[in-house]
Amino acid sequence: MSQQVHTDEHRDDIGSRFGMWLFIFTELLLFAGLFITYSVFRYKNWQAFHLAAEELDVFIGALNTVILLASSATIAMSITALQQKRKILSLSLMGVTMLVGLLFLVNKYFEWSLKFEHGLYPGSETLVALGKGEVLFFGLYFFMTGLHALHIIIGLVFIGVVFNYVIKDKITHDNFVLLENAGLYWHLVDIIWIFLFPLFYLIT
Amino acid sequence: MSKNDEKYHIVPYKTFLLILLALLVFTFISIGVTSYDLGPLTVVIALLLATFKTILILTYFMHLKFDVKMFGILVAAVLALIAVVIFITFLDYLFR
Repeated sequence: MSQQVHTDEHRDDIGSRFGMWLFIFTELLLFAGLFITYSVFRYKNWQAFHLAAEELDVFIGALNTVILLASSATIAMSITALQQKRKILSLSLMGVTMLVGLLFLVNKYFEWSLKFEHGLYPGSETLVALGKGEVLFFGLYFFMTGLHALHIIIGLVFIGVVFNYVIKDKITHDNFVLLENAGLYWHLVDIIWIFLFPLFYLIT
Repeated sequence: MSKNDEKYHIVPYKTFLLILLALLVFTFISIGVTSYDLGPLTVVIALLLATFKTILILTYFMHLKFDVKMFGILVAAVLALIAVVIFITFLDYLFR
């Protein structure tokens, strides 16, 4: 034992990241269950799912994919910036991440509005008239993309809180585990979208 | 000795930009490939590309390559669990 006096506060960064990872595992299992539900229903109603998937706009889906991938890169780079003590750059990169995340939600809003205009929403007469397979496809589409959008909103709030802490120097170049955890959460949201995009938009 | 005294690995910006570029390329390949009708192969290719992208994100963006080894092992275990559940579910549905 050294004689040195401990002045640092009690913290455990590995434990903190471990907690975040455990939470991410529960999220992965939640979405995995939904993906399996989707796959089984697709297998049993492949013709209806084929027709329904044609309704989705690949361009908006692709745009949102590019948006999320870019925002994942910027939040990852904001950690590098903070480690190099470049606070302003780190804050700017976080700002870009949040701005681009908002853009994702705006696209989602227009996409959903268009579906509603066409009478495609859970429980609508148009949808019920189309048949059981279409009801299942759009039910899963709205539930899964909606749950994903909810995760985007939570991720934005999380990054917003971290942004505020960096301004107030509560998160610094040698104490940034909260920023890392916000990043981990944002990347999780990205990974979920990486599977939602081909399953709903690309495979018809 | 505090647990936080370990030297943090600083990932250069260039690494993240290269990974982003790879992710975008994989995205456009999957859009291109799925525009052709290749039957069941389309699903396989699209999901394989999505898996590659996920591995890149886990390894670099989520720092698994530079973090404590245990996290990587746990992620692999969880993904294996999900794969087993998918396999068993389809074993049931395909052969009933």
